[in-house]
Amino acid sequence: MTDVISTDAPALRHGLSAPDIKVRSYLQTVTHRLRHDPVTLFFLAVILIIALAAICAPWIAPFDPNKTGTLYRLKPIGFRGFILGTDELGRDMLSRLIYGARTSLVMGLTPVVLATVIGGTLGVTAGFHGGRVNMCIMRIVDVFYAFPSVLLAVAISGTMGGGIQNGLIALTLVFIPPLCRIAETTTTQVRSLDFVEAARASGASSASIIIHHVLANAAAPLFIYASSLISVAILLAAGLSFLGLGVEPPTADWGMMLSNLRQAIYVQPLVCALPGVAIFITSLSFNLVSDGLRQAMDVRA
Amino acid sequence: MTEDKSIVSAPFRPKLEAVRDEDPRDRGGNRQPLLIVNQLRKYFPIRGGIFNHRRGEVRAVDSVSFSVLKGETLGIVGESGCGKSTLARLLMHLIPCDTGEQIFDGEAVGELRGLSLRELRRNMQMVFQDSSSSLNPRLPVEQSIAYGPRVHGMARAEAKAVARDLLDKVGLRPELFGSRYPHELSGGQKQRINIARALALNPRMLILDEAVSALDKSVQAQVLNLLRYLKRHLNLTYVFISHDLSVVQYISDRVLVMYLGEVVEIGPVDAIYTAPKHPYTAALLRSRLNLNPAERLAEAPLSGDPPNPINPPSGCRFRTRCNFAEAVCADRSPALGEHTNRSAHRAACHMVHADSGHSLSGRAASVEGAHGQRN
Repeated sequence: MTDVISTDAPALRHGLSAPDIKVRSYLQTVTHRLRHDPVTLFFLAVILIIALAAICAPWIAPFDPNKTGTLYRLKPIGFRGFILGTDELGRDMLSRLIYGARTSLVMGLTPVVLATVIGGTLGVTAGFHGGRVNMCIMRIVDVFYAFPSVLLAVAISGTMGGGIQNGLIALTLVFIPPLCRIAETTTTQVRSLDFVEAARASGASSASIIIHHVLANAAAPLFIYASSLISVAILLAAGLSFLGLGVEPPTADWGMMLSNLRQAIYVQPLVCALPGVAIFITSLSFNLVSDGLRQAMDVRA
Repeated sequence: MTEDKSIVSAPFRPKLEAVRDEDPRDRGGNRQPLLIVNQLRKYFPIRGGIFNHRRGEVRAVDSVSFSVLKGETLGIVGESGCGKSTLARLLMHLIPCDTGEQIFDGEAVGELRGLSLRELRRNMQMVFQDSSSSLNPRLPVEQSIAYGPRVHGMARAEAKAVARDLLDKVGLRPELFGSRYPHELSGGQKQRINIARALALNPRMLILDEAVSALDKSVQAQVLNLLRYLKRHLNLTYVFISHDLSVVQYISDRVLVMYLGEVVEIGPVDAIYTAPKHPYTAALLRSRLNLNPAERLAEAPLSGDPPNPINPPSGCRFRTRCNFAEAVCADRSPALGEHTNRSAHRAACHMVHADSGHSLSGRAASVEGAHGQRN
């Protein structure tokens, strides 16, 4: 019988040495996967073009978006230099769509970012501490859940009055509950895993555990859900503007343009559909990009 | 590999080894136990009803006392649900205990002028059963190992060097495995990482909660031998929790048997495995699968489930499944007695106490023999 105690770690290594493989970091893995996903890349490009157009609106818009012309009302696509025709007040559609991208992107991104920060903080706090803290936070959030999101947004901005600022607040409040719930659920799951126990056993503080272990694991689902909310936010903002609760005229906004042009649907159907097409393309792009990101970021797949 | 066979036939007996004298962290000397646990108790409340009131309690760990000597491996065995893992978590202070005290190398833990929890966790670390869920899936394993030292204020570069050194110690090439993620490793490799992580704070004691139970036999042997190697080279003391009797026999110097949250027997590994004093230990040992086909078990020596820990039997908790139960077993619960001596072999059974009133009391022979007589 050989003496088992003489076994040492270097001897064990022989049986276990793996073939030399290239080890990629997390970020490298994600970018590598994205680079081989043409659909996501294409729609990412679409979003970038829209964003670029919105930023550079004063330089690329062919006309002043608010300049009316009674002679050129509801002209068809391609009419005398109006590439996409004119609206019911004779304003250039292309210019208004480019300027409208500004409000739509602001209304789409700002509430989602704010709600992710606020809802995420609340959810992680609730999930990590559990017990009474969890109950207090989640029951308050549940109250907001009781209303359909569109109705809630309409009710909030209706009470506070129209305008971009109130619209943003309304949308942020609408998005906090679902994001908070997702953060709470994933945090509760992560918290019960052994590596959090192990971190606590090594003497780490709650703050350190949350930053290094909980957030890294809870952030991915939260981030993915939030990115899918961007398109919802754009649609909701369009809806608010459509009802006259969002942007005030004459500011260009896709939702309001759609609302104002709907009476002319039988006169110039193609032109009237343009703001809707813009909303559709933007929200579709955000949805597909968030889906692609979800796949690329799942390290274990 | 010859190591594998040694687990099966188990002719190899580890010697009782003491910690080397020159350990600078040592305070009380070799005679002082590294850890003394006194009357540790944990009841989990069962809440229910409209007002969420306390309706009862699960007696997970009840008046458990034992000591771990310096440099030894104390094996803890018992059926599933007997409180082994709860005990491990109590020792690590991951859950608060109801009553009881813990003395680490002469210093009371968590008390004024005693050892703070933070200091205890520097000295005592734990390896969890599930090798996958005990590693953060989003961190490269090197960072998982370096996290503990970082928390205790070590510089980033220094902590990384410690992690790489430990990877080497547990037999994984740092340059190959350091930047990998847990999902890229096998179960055995992950458990090596977990061991490295537990060692990162340079602890004196390691609690291994079912550390090899989820691994297959050959990997189990590798990890067990790694543990033996590390123990010798890093001057460690182990508390080895497992339901696998063969593994416990292989690695332990002393064994503690738990039943329904109580210690029923404690003693040197040879004494327990050759001459168990408690009927429960005897039954556990007989229920081991035998490699010899001629000695097949016709029926399990222990039938049925353990009684409900919410409402345990009066007196001796094992009496409902014991072949020797008498009236006295229901009346009084048997005492275990003091057991600080490293060769002491004690059992909480009326049959081993001379004046208990049990008809078979004071028998010197093991209950294994008594079992044969009665049947």
